[in-house]
Amino acid sequence: MKNMKDFSLLNNDLVPQHILMPENEVNKVLKEHYLDKEQLPKIKITDPVTLEIGAEVGDVVKIIRKSPTAGEAVIFRLVIE
Amino acid sequence: MIGTVPKRIKEIRFGLISPKEYRKMSVTRVITADTYDDDGFPIEMGLMDPKMGVIDPGLRCKTCGGRAGECPGHFGHVELIAPVVHVGFAKLIRKILRATCKDCSALLLDSTQKKEYLEQIRMLRTIGQPIEDITNEVFKEARKPKTCQYCSAQQLDIKVEKPSTYVEKDGTHEHKLMPSDIRARFEKITDDDIEVMGMDPSVARPEWTIMTVLPVPPVTMRPSITLESGQRSEDDLTHKLVDIIRINQRFQENREAGAPQLIIEDLWELLQYHVTTFIDNAVSGVPPARHRSGRPLKTLSQRLKGKEGRFRGSLSGKRVNFSARTVISPDPNLSISEVGVPLTMAMELSIPVNVTKRNIEEVREYIKRGPDNHPGANYVIRDDNRRLKVTDKNCEELAETLEIGWKVDRQLKNGDVILFNRQPSLHRMSIMAHEVKVLPHKTFRLNPAVCPPYNADFDGDEMNMHVLQTEEARAEAKMLIHVQENILSPRFGGPIIGGIHDHISGMYMLTKGENRLDKNDFLEMLRKSRISQIIEPEGTQDGKPYWTGKQVFSQILPDGLNMTYKALLCENCATCKKEDCNRDAYVTIRDGQLLSGTIDEKAVGAFKGLILDRIVKDYTPPVALQFIDDMTRLAIRSIMHFGFSFGINDEDIPEEASAQISELLEDAEARVMDLIIAFNEGNLEPLPGRTVAETLELRIMQELGKARDSTGDIAGNYLGLDNAAVIMAVSGARGSMLNLTQMAGCVGQQAVRGERIRRGYAGRTLSNFNHGDLGAGAHGFVKSSYKKGLSPTEYFFHAIGGREGLVDTAVRTSQSGYLQRRLVNALQDLEVQYDGTVRDTRGMVVQFKYGEDGVDPMKSDYSKPQTIRRIIEDVTGKEVE
Ligand SMILES: [Mg+2]
Ligand SMILES: [Zn+2]
Ligand SMILES: [Zn+2]
Ligand SMILES: [Zn+2]
Repeated sequence: MKNMKDFSLLNNDLVPQHILMPENEVNKVLKEHYLDKEQLPKIKITDPVTLEIGAEVGDVVKIIRKSPTAGEAVIFRLVIE
Repeated sequence: MIGTVPKRIKEIRFGLISPKEYRKMSVTRVITADTYDDDGFPIEMGLMDPKMGVIDPGLRCKTCGGRAGECPGHFGHVELIAPVVHVGFAKLIRKILRATCKDCSALLLDSTQKKEYLEQIRMLRTIGQPIEDITNEVFKEARKPKTCQYCSAQQLDIKVEKPSTYVEKDGTHEHKLMPSDIRARFEKITDDDIEVMGMDPSVARPEWTIMTVLPVPPVTMRPSITLESGQRSEDDLTHKLVDIIRINQRFQENREAGAPQLIIEDLWELLQYHVTTFIDNAVSGVPPARHRSGRPLKTLSQRLKGKEGRFRGSLSGKRVNFSARTVISPDPNLSISEVGVPLTMAMELSIPVNVTKRNIEEVREYIKRGPDNHPGANYVIRDDNRRLKVTDKNCEELAETLEIGWKVDRQLKNGDVILFNRQPSLHRMSIMAHEVKVLPHKTFRLNPAVCPPYNADFDGDEMNMHVLQTEEARAEAKMLIHVQENILSPRFGGPIIGGIHDHISGMYMLTKGENRLDKNDFLEMLRKSRISQIIEPEGTQDGKPYWTGKQVFSQILPDGLNMTYKALLCENCATCKKEDCNRDAYVTIRDGQLLSGTIDEKAVGAFKGLILDRIVKDYTPPVALQFIDDMTRLAIRSIMHFGFSFGINDEDIPEEASAQISELLEDAEARVMDLIIAFNEGNLEPLPGRTVAETLELRIMQELGKARDSTGDIAGNYLGLDNAAVIMAVSGARGSMLNLTQMAGCVGQQAVRGERIRRGYAGRTLSNFNHGDLGAGAHGFVKSSYKKGLSPTEYFFHAIGGREGLVDTAVRTSQSGYLQRRLVNALQDLEVQYDGTVRDTRGMVVQFKYGEDGVDPMKSDYSKPQTIRRIIEDVTGKEVE
């Protein structure tokens, strides 16, 4: 490996897709489920994936992962300290 | 009603209560041991002071103004003349005494050491870890110095006598430490030292373990009872408090009178005894305080501890009214949604009925019948809330005076909805709603088809019944937990209620092949089912019409049912002959008619029944319930018609078969010998990844296993498909071909941890074998069958193998039980919301869609995506691969 920057966690098959969500999309999701941000599942800012996608505390990450029951499942997580 | 805002508990902190706080929370000082005056009124500053709450109806609490029942009660206090040790802290007091200086009360550790421990404790506290390990080390280390590091005072040994007497030993001289001395020492301990000992000085100072003030529990938690003779009988706690206050007074009088030290010490010890037994009347080394009758008193600890204590007996588990428990027994003539209730129970249990314009005549009838004439009434509650017992003397009169607006406790009768339960209630089907059927005798009766969800059998099992008391409860039970709503299990998405044992054998015998039944038999079979017309016969034989077993079964199938599947007894032939299968294993149902195939466990059994599954999912619960009722009744009729029995001679096989089996086993043993010889000569080729010895073991096990299975095939062939045990095994009713193999063929290899038996003597399993014998017989191969009987060595090996089986079922059940408990505790408050999300009680999202796909497992096809395929098949009428 020439450069560590060429390495991306997200290229690994076992790491599901993590997408940083824009504010308006987050609001849409929260409204849809009648949720406060704090009621979302959490992900730590120190998590390698949140670091990689450049999320900040208070952001919401959309995770699309394979599911044995549904084929593909979408989960939203709030980034915390 | 006043609405209250729910509050959330942020944290719970435990500490000690200081004397100051005891006084602050007290509403009165108690100075006299008397309770009531001559007029029967509670004495002020006595043990029943109305400031501490009231128990007599009519009186009001002098603190909060509440009546009996409204006032929660308030604490009082007693000023102890001399301090006493709190027994609960006897060990802690000992530890602290030994860890601190007798003169300056410093914790006997170097300041650097203290700093280190303090840091460690604070660190563990912030990350929420237990600090016991550190504090134990602190006490261990601080015990060691012989002189104080701070004031150089010589430290003395501290001996403990009984539970709470501390004696300091100076050479041969012994000096008893009075609680006041101990308290004085503890008062001098610095806050920093306390923290190093693992306590929080702001909420728990060591000297608070020595009591100077005794809290007096509210009157409401020690109510006195008025006996029928008019005499008052006080609670055990009150008795104990009387003792304490009397001794306290005597102590004070003696001290003021300047009594000799010896008397003072005696009284002090007596006070200590009473306070100790007030807190815990079962301390070792202290004789328990007794009632006049000789019964030990139930004091504070005894109220909390043990199975009947407050925690396990009153908070985690409570007894309930309107419930009944007895032994269960089977009754296949009941519907699966019914339960047979003994008449004596039905007459004791009741349902409250509000008397209205519409039901007054009906209710009047119950009352007229009285309490001894089922279905009658037990109580009448008038509109002024007076409860009148119905007797056979006053029932006529009560029935006449009955008015609208009254309530009547009517006896349980047929059709009432009740809850039925069997412990351990591991899943939701352990409690289901049934309809009452009042029957004679003393047991609960239930249809054997509902045994699987309760996991019940009739070897002495007992079950509980709860009678619902409100219309709401009954409506809810009927709609949510009625038996018919629970035929499908949410665990695997298939029916959990269905045919068992004889139901399967009966259906199998009825539908296998072409059973010809004449008109009488045809009608007899369907007698218990609700069939109203005779269908066209299949054909005529000897000039008489006949019907087939398949036709009989078709009568109870709902119209429009279409199914095609392979039955349990299908042999999975390379090319399926479908309708022409020689075992009649290819089931086809068209428009509710069974055209081919045999009905077995895979059709109507609990857990596996595909036809059942289809009916529940495609029709309505009542249709499914009716089908199960009809099916079980038909099966019982059928098994009675054909006759079914199994005895020891059903395991008999002919001479030639025995000879074949012996020969087969001898061949196998010879092959094992060949393997052993090859092994000894070093000619055995090891399997990949195995040593030669391991390979030998595997090959031997393989060889013998094959031989055992072949004996089963031989035995099975000779027994034939008409043998009752074979019928039960292939239809799935009970037992397996392996059981049959072991009974008629050969029991086979006994194993411990999946290997041949090797334990026992050095180099051999039993002393009658040669050292190093690797043969089949020397390592637990049982050649005999159960029918033939086992040889002594075989019997011994069988016992070894059997024991392992028993041990690991015992271990497995306890382990899986505990795992289940932990899972239930962790998940019990999660709830699927209307928007499909799974949330906890705080509304935090656990899953955005239940199970990620939002599918109700109960309504899925055994959790497999079958629906689409079935719809295509239904629409096109063609099979989809
Ligand atoms: Mg049992
Ligand atoms: Zn009160
Ligand atoms: Zn000292
Ligand atoms: Zn076949």
